[in-house]
Amino acid sequence: MTPPQPPQPSPSPVPDAPDAPDAPDAPTAPVLSVRGLTVRFLMPGGRRVAAVTDVRFDVRPGECLALIGESGCGKSVLTSALLGLLPGNARTTGSALLGDLDLLTADERTLARTVRGRRIGLVPQSPAAHLTPVRTVRSHLSETVAALTGVRGRTARRAAAEAAAARAAFPAGHLDRHPHELSGGLAQRAATALALVGDAPLLLADEPTTGLDRDLVDHTVDALRRHVDAGPDGTGRALLMITHDLAAAARVADRVAVMYAGRVVELADAAAFFGAPGPRHPYSRGLLQALPDRAFTPIPGLPPELTDLPAGCAFAARCARATDRCATPPGPADPVACHHPHPAAPEATRA
Amino acid sequence: MLDLRSVTAGYTRGAPVLRDVSLTVAPGEAVGLLGPSGCGKSTLARVAALLHRPDAGTVTVDGEPVRRWRHRAPRDLRTAFGVVFQQARQAADPRLRLADLIAEPLRATGRRAEVARRVPELAAAVGLTGDLPARRPHEVSDGQLQRACLARALVLRPRWLVCDEMTAMLDASTTAALVAVVEEYRAATGAGLLAVGHDRVLLERWCDRTVDWAPGWTAAGAADGTRNQSPQDPTHSDRVIDSVVSGS
Repeated sequence: MTPPQPPQPSPSPVPDAPDAPDAPDAPTAPVLSVRGLTVRFLMPGGRRVAAVTDVRFDVRPGECLALIGESGCGKSVLTSALLGLLPGNARTTGSALLGDLDLLTADERTLARTVRGRRIGLVPQSPAAHLTPVRTVRSHLSETVAALTGVRGRTARRAAAEAAAARAAFPAGHLDRHPHELSGGLAQRAATALALVGDAPLLLADEPTTGLDRDLVDHTVDALRRHVDAGPDGTGRALLMITHDLAAAARVADRVAVMYAGRVVELADAAAFFGAPGPRHPYSRGLLQALPDRAFTPIPGLPPELTDLPAGCAFAARCARATDRCATPPGPADPVACHHPHPAAPEATRA
Repeated sequence: MLDLRSVTAGYTRGAPVLRDVSLTVAPGEAVGLLGPSGCGKSTLARVAALLHRPDAGTVTVDGEPVRRWRHRAPRDLRTAFGVVFQQARQAADPRLRLADLIAEPLRATGRRAEVARRVPELAAAVGLTGDLPARRPHEVSDGQLQRACLARALVLRPRWLVCDEMTAMLDASTTAALVAVVEEYRAATGAGLLAVGHDRVLLERWCDRTVDWAPGWTAAGAADGTRNQSPQDPTHSDRVIDSVVSGS
């Protein structure tokens, strides 16, 4: 078992001031910088669930990072950790810097008053369940506008709510409907509109396309992409999209992080990952080969139990390339946490 | 032959969600029905699986016209169908261990004697290894629960399988694994399949032929952005359990 890593010195924490527009190619400070993030759940009987282990990634303004992996791999726990929404039996180590604020140590008051909705906009999974069932979309939007912005007065608030709906392409004619009267696509747009009200520099989308048909998936991720490109002050928002829909990730992401058994096992440029030379970690490769437009063959076996992870590589038991070396943990995930990765093509050197 | 003729169905009197739909699945054939969200395709799947009584039209199963639906349908007709739904969580009794979930249709139809042999065999076939069959739904992932729901649909050896968005919530590898289980079962038994979904790439890869939902099949007023109520209404899970536990 790897001891939790001390927080790595991150690129100097800069308050989220807009970067100088005259240097578009200069590396901008990440909006979110996660280092050594580890979450353990303490269970009755002394069991410990290793839900997230030593996760490290950055998301920059104008960038979409897709976090992909199968259900139960720890993606949603990671989201909850970033929003400070983990249950009481969770123990978190590492750091997640949003500007100069560490989300993992911030107190509830700070998170509630300055972070959720204001600095992180959440596009939730199953938006129909996320909305209050007894209130209309207009009522949701007005309340959010009143809580998050300085808009005062009934008329101004009404106008601001309608503008917020328009930004997410939610049709004005449906504003007075209740959540159960909306189709999946419209509920998704309503939830996106709510997430955008606070002009947060970071959008967190947790499985935003689950249950939508292909056209709506495309529409939803294209809309998210537009919001990434058109940030609040011209610098672009950052988007962390958690999904198991590989086609949606391929459509929208700049970079891809593949998660398996609580660890990020590969961090790659999206074009190289979905195109040539393809993923380098055998798990990522297996995941892509399971797609119906590729080999359509499943990865054999099931993911390991998070209460009982092997000492070495967690994927070794399902991996065709595994050898004795895989009994020891592979190195960090940047770019690939594997003893026997597929080779990177020479032209795929990382920028 | 599973034959649906001019089916009109809905949940409110006088306001059908689908109108005049005809569809045929030949014995041993796999048909994929493709349609957008909210078009009424899940309702049609429920009609085809004898879980929802249509307002008009006929359903004929292997030459026998269906006159009664849900629990009123004759048992040998009911048990000719295995059904897998999109939301495994809503389709599983949270109190049952996965092994009991899979065994329930056998117990409900007076075939307890087969439990000891069939359940371990099916659990292994769908990839539920180790102590997974002994766990309850809250202790497993969505993918593992859907594996159990598929095993439950196969346990009575149905002649017809109806899969309504079976894999929409699942990752690529679990999707490929479950489709492989369905195809192995069909190869061994010659069962026919109606797979309903919106993923064209998946259904074209999986099925012998696909049918596109015709715009005219969705009844006027049912597709203006208003959700059809069927999959979300509060009694849905009761009906699912009611349909799976087809004895009583």
